[in-house]
Parts: sequence; structure tokens; C-alpha cells
Amino acid sequence: MSTEYVIKGARILGGDPADILVRDGVIAEIGPDLAAEGVEVVEAAGLIALPGLVDLHTHLREPGREDAETVESGTKAAAMGGFTAVHAMANTDPVADSAGVVEQVWRLGREAGYCDVQPVGAVTVGLKGERLAELGAMADSAAGVRVFSDDGHCVSDAVVMRRALEYVKAFDGVVAQHAQEPRLTEGSQMNEGEMSAALGMRGWPAVAEEAIIARDVLLAQHVGSRLHVCHVSTAGSVEIIRWAKSKGCRVTAEVTPHHLLLSDELAASYDPIFKVNPPLRTADDVTALRHALADGTIDIVATDHAPHPVEAKETEWAVAAMGMIGLETALAVVQEAMVETGLLDWAGVAERMSFAPARIGRLSGQGRPLEAGSPANITLYDPSPRRAVDPAAMTSKSRNTPYTGMELPGRVVATFLRGRATVLEGKLQ
Amino acid sequence: MKRHLISAADLTRDDALLVLDTAEELARATEGSMKKLPTLRGRTVVNLFFEDSTRTRISFEAAAKRLSADVINFSAKGSSVSKGESLKDTALTLEAMGADGVVIRHGASGAPHRLANWVRGSVVNAGDGTHEHPTQALLDAFTMRRRLGDLEGRKVTIVGDILHSRVARSNVLLLNTLGAEVTVVAPPTLLPVAVDTWPAEVSYDLDAVLPKSDVVMMLRVQHERMNASYFPTVREYSRRYGLDGERMARLSDSAIVMHPGPMNRGVEIAAEVADSVRSTIVEQVANGVSARMAVLYLLLGGSEPAIGKEVSQ
Repeated sequence: MSTEYVIKGARILGGDPADILVRDGVIAEIGPDLAAEGVEVVEAAGLIALPGLVDLHTHLREPGREDAETVESGTKAAAMGGFTAVHAMANTDPVADSAGVVEQVWRLGREAGYCDVQPVGAVTVGLKGERLAELGAMADSAAGVRVFSDDGHCVSDAVVMRRALEYVKAFDGVVAQHAQEPRLTEGSQMNEGEMSAALGMRGWPAVAEEAIIARDVLLAQHVGSRLHVCHVSTAGSVEIIRWAKSKGCRVTAEVTPHHLLLSDELAASYDPIFKVNPPLRTADDVTALRHALADGTIDIVATDHAPHPVEAKETEWAVAAMGMIGLETALAVVQEAMVETGLLDWAGVAERMSFAPARIGRLSGQGRPLEAGSPANITLYDPSPRRAVDPAAMTSKSRNTPYTGMELPGRVVATFLRGRATVLEGKLQ
Repeated sequence: MKRHLISAADLTRDDALLVLDTAEELARATEGSMKKLPTLRGRTVVNLFFEDSTRTRISFEAAAKRLSADVINFSAKGSSVSKGESLKDTALTLEAMGADGVVIRHGASGAPHRLANWVRGSVVNAGDGTHEHPTQALLDAFTMRRRLGDLEGRKVTIVGDILHSRVARSNVLLLNTLGAEVTVVAPPTLLPVAVDTWPAEVSYDLDAVLPKSDVVMMLRVQHERMNASYFPTVREYSRRYGLDGERMARLSDSAIVMHPGPMNRGVEIAAEVADSVRSTIVEQVANGVSARMAVLYLLLGGSEPAIGKEVSQ
């Protein structure tokens, strides 16, 4: 018999306070002053209740780079960040390009039990962009893969991309493209512009992202397939996606928390903690991304949580690894960038960090409304405290957060995965 | 002055003038019979060179030795990038040896910035990737001042691979600080996309700029650019952007021609230009030692006055 909880006085999606009764893994009842006999009471006055967050873009690093993160450590970090499901990217070692590997990752997630781990399958064998991986076998496996991505690498060959888009229609899959024209970004280090010119670093032009997105939305439209665009980072990409949606293209897009908050001036420190793919762009791009997320042009926030060991970042910029961890700061950054600025309310946050990513990933048990009968995937969030980010306090195995010392709002107080508390009073359970 | 010299932008106008004046005094002091000053006796300067650059290394070595510093040459080529010791571990090693100053040449832009986080001593950037080379800019400014006097309002034209040139970046910044008017000239492929944000004029047409230039600084064309579609052929580059005798004839009588070396004779500069009386190329080498002496002296704070009187820091 699992523990029953009554969550007292939480503001559901930021609305009026109500009680939530959790029993047998589902939300049994929502209403005022629910009876609390024999059940554990979670005092939630002043807290926001959100549906458990869903990340469409997480690097858990297992198998292969267990020194940076494991499925267990990464899903603990996810729970601490308010997530109840993460999509584990395929660029592991070995690559998740076969039913065997995706089932392994899926099983590790179930064994850890902190949050649902939905593996993403590679589009091409070994992420090489040449031959399609066995997409159908991964879809049919126990892991039930629906999202396919060569993330970290662009499926740059137009024919391979076209075939992938077409092929996954057979099982309602989606191709999540890492849009980066490879020839235009050989050796690229940071956004190409005023900062790269001053800092003497090889530029990473916005057009390298935008050209691939433009091509892909046209391909997706042509073959009638679903396309998802990973980590959109430029104002120009937003314009292309907006145009594609206006033409009826079935395209969805994500933005990372860091691209909503940080810009390329940070590279002036030459501290590779700010080195990421796609690179931090200009303040104007940040503004465009925020508005695109608010108006729905960009559908979701996805963390691109990318753990790296300390030595991969304590180097010269040019040889440092690209990526930032983000699971434990995602909600705080979205509050700072979107809620505090008045661009989104909490219902809007729930749509972009839970409902919509679950729909894109075809996760039936996640991203459900907070109502009686839904699986009890719930995040309780206190938006009021502000505190400086301390990497030492992270649950992730890695420490490569770009927000060290930055003051961010909010705190995840509790996370429930199908009625089980993975986090209570801000502590992992 | 700041504790490190990593970018030419670290120098205020007063700082830059202090370095140039100090270099002048040090040059005069060591031109005579006394080649060596006791100023940095007991101080240790490490030359940390991750790239081959004999001329820059020996220039710094000579500068430090003329100030009586102990010099350790640490050639670490290839040891940082993908194998062997990391830059951080190298820095900790230097720290343990008690380096008062570290002169670093590195293939990665920003490496001196990183190093400065890990060592207590002063860091002097001797060229980092495609970023900066501030002592080159100082020696160039010193050379210009010796030939032309005050740089205020002087027109300096820098020609060549601006995109990848650390010499160009440092010179644009320093010359702007000193009040000179800089024009960069290159094919559009060899200019940064945001070059319009620099404190410099931009031109694609060398012939149009030459007659009004007081200084023409030619940059070396790196071999790796020659096969990467930055320009069609070396011959075409040379025709459009090389400085030959005919073009030199269009310069004003007092104008000088500079080159940071090493030169590709016949590519960016013709032999008759390099060897002409306008050329300062050999002077630049000599002046490099004086400028670097001034930088080391001012950063490492000599225990005794540099040249018989206190130089303010």
C-alpha cells in the first residue's frame, strides 16, 4: 500500500488554493478542505502546483560516460528540478541506435525509479548521418521509442533526413533535428558577431542553424511528417518556424533555459563554462526567443542538460567540452526569464514544460492535467525565495552550471511520480 | 597598470604612454656600454611557449635578461591540447616554482585569461590564437613614435588577414587608445563579420588608402588560408593586396612600411619594399626588446629604479 498524501492549499497552475488528494498513484480528488485522516499531509500554502515536468532533451551519459552522469544521478537531479519524465539523448557510448541500447537505458531508468526515462533513438547508425538506424526496432522495443535524434550532430544529408522523416510516420515518431550546417561550423567556438570578432574566436554563424531549419521545414511539409527542432537559438530561426507553422507545417520547437537567459558577452571571460552547442547568442536573440516561447512559435522548454566532468571545462576554451547542466535550474530560469517578465503565467509554464513536451514525445502517462483521475505526477514549487546558485549543492554528478553565483528565484519543494514522493521539503527521498 | 597584460585594451592611454616612455628610457640606457640593468634581479620570468615562435621567445628572453631576471624557458608545444598535461596543471607547476611573471604564447584564444586564474604572478600575453598580441602592438607603436613622433591623428593602415590576426586586433585597440586613425584593408573574406563595430575604418581597396597613409602595416598570409577559399590564388591576393614597389611609390614621402614578421617575400610584401628605407622591419625586432623590457619592468615592479630614477607605477 503506497503512502497517501493530501497536499494542502497549493495554487494549481498558480490559481486559487485547493487541496489535492493523492492515492494509489493517481489524483483521487481536488477540492477545498479535503479530509486528511490517515494520510500524510503536505503543507503547500503559497506553493504552485504544476504537472510533473517533462524534459524532451536530457543527456544522461550512461552508458559510456558514467564519470559525468548516470541514469540514476541524472534522474535524481531531474526529480530535484521538478521533472517526472526525461528523454535520454542517444549520443551515449555505445550510441543508442539499436533496440538493445534503448532498452538498457529504459530499464536503468525504471530501476532507479526517480523519474520516467524515455530513451531517444539515434536517427542514423553511430550518429554518422549516413544510414538509418533500426528506427522500427527501437519503436517496437520495450522502450517504445517515438523521438529520434542524432543530437550533437546534424542529420545534414538532405536525403537521409527526408527518409527519416518519412519512415517514422509508420509509428507516429518524430525526428528531433540538431540544426547545424557542418561546413559552416567547422571549428566554430562561439556565436559569430561582435563578440567573436573581438575575442578572436572562430564564429558560429546563425545562418548555419537557420539554413538547416529552413530546409527541414520544407522537407517535413513535402512529406507530411512531424519535425521537432532542438534548442532553437536565433531570432532568424524563430522567423522561419513562425512562417512554417503559418503554412501548416507540423513542426514543433524547443528552447533551452540558458538560451532564454544568457548571451554571448559571457564568452569574454573565456571561461568554457559558457561554451555550449548551439552557442549563446546575442541579447536580441534572447529577446526574440522569449517572445517566441510566449506566443507559441516555440512550443516547449527543454533543458539540453549536458553534464561534463570538471577537467573537460577547466581548460582553454577551444578544447573544452560543449554543454551545461540544467535540470535543477530549469524552472528557476524559466521563472526569471518568462514569469517575472510577465511573458508567461504558470499555466503557460505548465503547457511548455509538461503538457506540450509529453505530447511531442507521445508520453501518455505524463503531462496530464491536474485533475481527478490523472496520474499523480505533481511538482510543488515555491516561487518566492531568491538565492545564489551553488554548484556544490547540485544533485547531478557534474558541476558545469553556468549560473554559479547568479541569483535565481524559486525552489522545487516536492515532486511526485505517480503518487510517490521523489522529493519532499526540497530533499530527495 | 593592471597586474596582467592580456589585451591591448588593458592599457589606458596613460598606461600605454608610460610603457612607451619607459621603453624609450630603457632603450637609451642599454644602447651604451651597460647592456644590463639590475632592476629585476631575483625575479623569475617563465617563458611558456605552446607554439613555436623563436623570434618572440628570444625577444622576451633578451628583455628579461637585460633586466637581470632569471629566465626559465618552458616549451610545451603540443602538451596541452589533446594529450599530456593540461594548461591548469602546467600553471600549478609554475606556481610551485614561484614564477613572478609568466609570458605565454598559446594557440588557443583566451589561454592567457585562463592562466591568469590559476597563477599569482603577472601574465603577459605573447600571442594567443587569433585573439591578441599586445606587446607586438606596443613595439609597433614604439617604432612608429620613433619614426613619426606623436601618434595622435596619424593614419595607420593595416593590410591582410585581419580575421585571424592577433597583431591586427591588438594594434587596432592600442592605436585607437593612442589617438591614431586606423584603417584595415583586406578581402571581405578575411575581415570579421562584425568589423564595423571596431574603432577602425574598413576598406577593400588598398590603392585608395595608400596615398593618405602615414604607416602601412603588412600582415603575413598564413599558409593554411591559402587553400581554404579565402581568396582564389596567392597570385591574385598578391596583386590586389600585396605591397610592391609600384604601390610603395604612391605613399607620401614620410610614410613607413611595417611588418611583424616573418615575411612572405613576394606575397604580401615585395623584396624591394621590405629592404627599402621606408621599411622598419629590422627596427621592429630591436624595438621589441625595449618594449618588452618596459612591460616586464612595469608589471613585475623592479626592486630598484629602472634607470636611476623612480618610474611611477
